[in-house]
Amino acid sequence: MQDTYSRAGDAADPPYLYPDYVGTRTRSPKQPLVLIPQTLAELTGPVYGHSDLRPEEADLTRQHAGEPLGERIIVKGRVLDERGKPVPDTLIELWQCNAAGRYMHEIDQHPAPLDPNFSGAGRTVTDSDGNYQFTTIKPGAYPWGNHHNAWRPAHIHYSLFGPSFLTRLVTQMYFPGDPLFAFDPIFSSVTDAKARERMVCRFDMETTKPDWALGYIFDIVLRGLNATPTDPDHA
Amino acid sequence: MPERTPSQTVGPYLHIALTPTARGYAFREAFTHVVADAGMPGTHIRIEGRVVDGAGNVAPDAMVEIWQADHQGRYAHAADGRPLASNSFRGFGRCATGKDGAYRFDTVKPGTVPGPNGTTQAPHINVGVFARGILKRLFTRVYFAGDPANAKDPILALVPADRRDTLIAKPDAKNPGLYRFDIRLQGADETVFFDA
Repeated sequence: MQDTYSRAGDAADPPYLYPDYVGTRTRSPKQPLVLIPQTLAELTGPVYGHSDLRPEEADLTRQHAGEPLGERIIVKGRVLDERGKPVPDTLIELWQCNAAGRYMHEIDQHPAPLDPNFSGAGRTVTDSDGNYQFTTIKPGAYPWGNHHNAWRPAHIHYSLFGPSFLTRLVTQMYFPGDPLFAFDPIFSSVTDAKARERMVCRFDMETTKPDWALGYIFDIVLRGLNATPTDPDHA
Repeated sequence: MPERTPSQTVGPYLHIALTPTARGYAFREAFTHVVADAGMPGTHIRIEGRVVDGAGNVAPDAMVEIWQADHQGRYAHAADGRPLASNSFRGFGRCATGKDGAYRFDTVKPGTVPGPNGTTQAPHINVGVFARGILKRLFTRVYFAGDPANAKDPILALVPADRRDTLIAKPDAKNPGLYRFDIRLQGADETVFFDA
């Protein structure tokens, strides 16, 4: 029996064990995954409604009394599946550090300033055509303890659901041309260079607002359905 | 055709957006560990456990998500389509682990669910595990000790017999309705993880 969802795109994902990323050494399964069919439990998944959203949740510069420091940016894009179809009405959750590279999180204690006007959390839902947009500030790079002089390239964390349990995706969006890419084991854990490029947004002058904010485009592609013999696209 | 966006780790700072209230951050919480409120029909249960790494240390920075059917074995999703007993039931829960590596969910025991080729799946809950050091969601399932349907479950049947026990939540003798389900990421008694 053919799988409902394609497995072909799994090759883009990183392995569980990527020794250069030290955290994977004790948190990756050693036993092989057990291959199972896609049942009703996997073909269904959580649904989140537009009614639950607030406007400031998609504008991380408007969540406090004052404005955050840093370079204001607009990030927008489309969520598609591997068949090229838009993914409508799906929740996107997002988190990031501030312009100085510090998260407003109790375990981030590295010597960079917190910004009282920036919490770094957002959410939105895609529209009927799969479009989404956030306003935020560009996150900074920051050091971490993985190896000597380890620094994460600037990134924004993304969490998406898609239409089923199998389309769930947590990823990170990076910025074009970051000199830290080659030194970062998390970015590099995606071993295919073209797949790595799909985690990098692109600067877009059309999205850039005069006297206000730079614009970036980041399209996200979720796992999609297999073609079926009766599918008109493949007739 | 567009190609898939690769997965990346949630990292250690997920709480500020994904489980903010539980950790005291200001952002509004979208999901909690409560999957079924008190008015929901069915047998109310709590599932508790720890996430443990290959060195035997608890993982204080993991996040567990669950997805399940209601007590009649129906999912709150269009691909199921059968009517639900409660409109408030969404079937989804999320819980970050604490300093002791522990997570918990308050829910109802799901019913049996249709399986492939006319089979019936035993009551079970789909589980996703995320954490620093996990580059792609780990997928496992919770089954319930003593449920007679386990013997004919088509997914359990695919798991090597000597590893099935890692998927079975055990009732707590002292606390009725409490089940324990530890998630071992690596090593001895490593939890079975699935590829669907």
